[in-house]
Amino acid sequence: MKPTNQVKMEFESRSANEGFARASAACFAAQLDPTLEELGDIKTAVSEAVTNCIVHAYPDTIGRVMLRLRLFADNTLEIAVRDWGVGIADVEQARQPMYTTGGSERSGMGFTIMESFTDQCRVKSGSGKGTTIVMRKKISMRTARK
Amino acid sequence: MPMICTAENRTLTVRLAGEIDHHAARQLMMELDREIERRFPKLLILDFASVSFMDSSGIALLLRTWRRTQEVSGAMKVIHVPKQPGKVLKAANLHRMIPITFEEL
Repeated sequence: MKPTNQVKMEFESRSANEGFARASAACFAAQLDPTLEELGDIKTAVSEAVTNCIVHAYPDTIGRVMLRLRLFADNTLEIAVRDWGVGIADVEQARQPMYTTGGSERSGMGFTIMESFTDQCRVKSGSGKGTTIVMRKKISMRTARK
Repeated sequence: MPMICTAENRTLTVRLAGEIDHHAARQLMMELDREIERRFPKLLILDFASVSFMDSSGIALLLRTWRRTQEVSGAMKVIHVPKQPGKVLKAANLHRMIPITFEEL
């Protein structure tokens, strides 16, 4: 299926860009006329994915983070977050709730949140290969709402 | 991220405002640690009424602050949690560990 609209942006892995990334995603997603709760879900999922890049992909350096947003005719938003950092050796382990390599400042709940706030969350990674996260969320149609 | 603290009879109330993400969390952790060490609260109340956004960084922040409070033999509760931060806390089952009251919306 071809997207009806898309945007792609790249920014540096600085923590100040976490807010920028989720606000941008929310602005773009507004075209689908989401509810406040759906907007909150989108912002949360983007925030988790981008924070992972900043904390884990580039632990000691500043690297590139790509955010691509695509809209589809069935009112689905696709969020892709990509980095070219250290990668995840064991994706299954990283997705486990409470698992973290980030110490007491991190909860290990990032993937759990991404999974529960979207309809689909796919992770492609490997040691030294960077990481790509693709999430999909269907936005309810206004007419179908009460 | 602004934070307003008031203390009375060893009850420390901290009102947080704005967005709690990884960017804001480190500063908040330091400030909360400092307040706990200064006041040794019997009860720490975190008021979330003005928190407009929170991601999993907030879960780590709450767990850490909760442990710190227990170390000084205090209790902690979180009040007035709006919908979005509430959904994140519920997804992590944090309300099973820490007393949390959610704002009815």
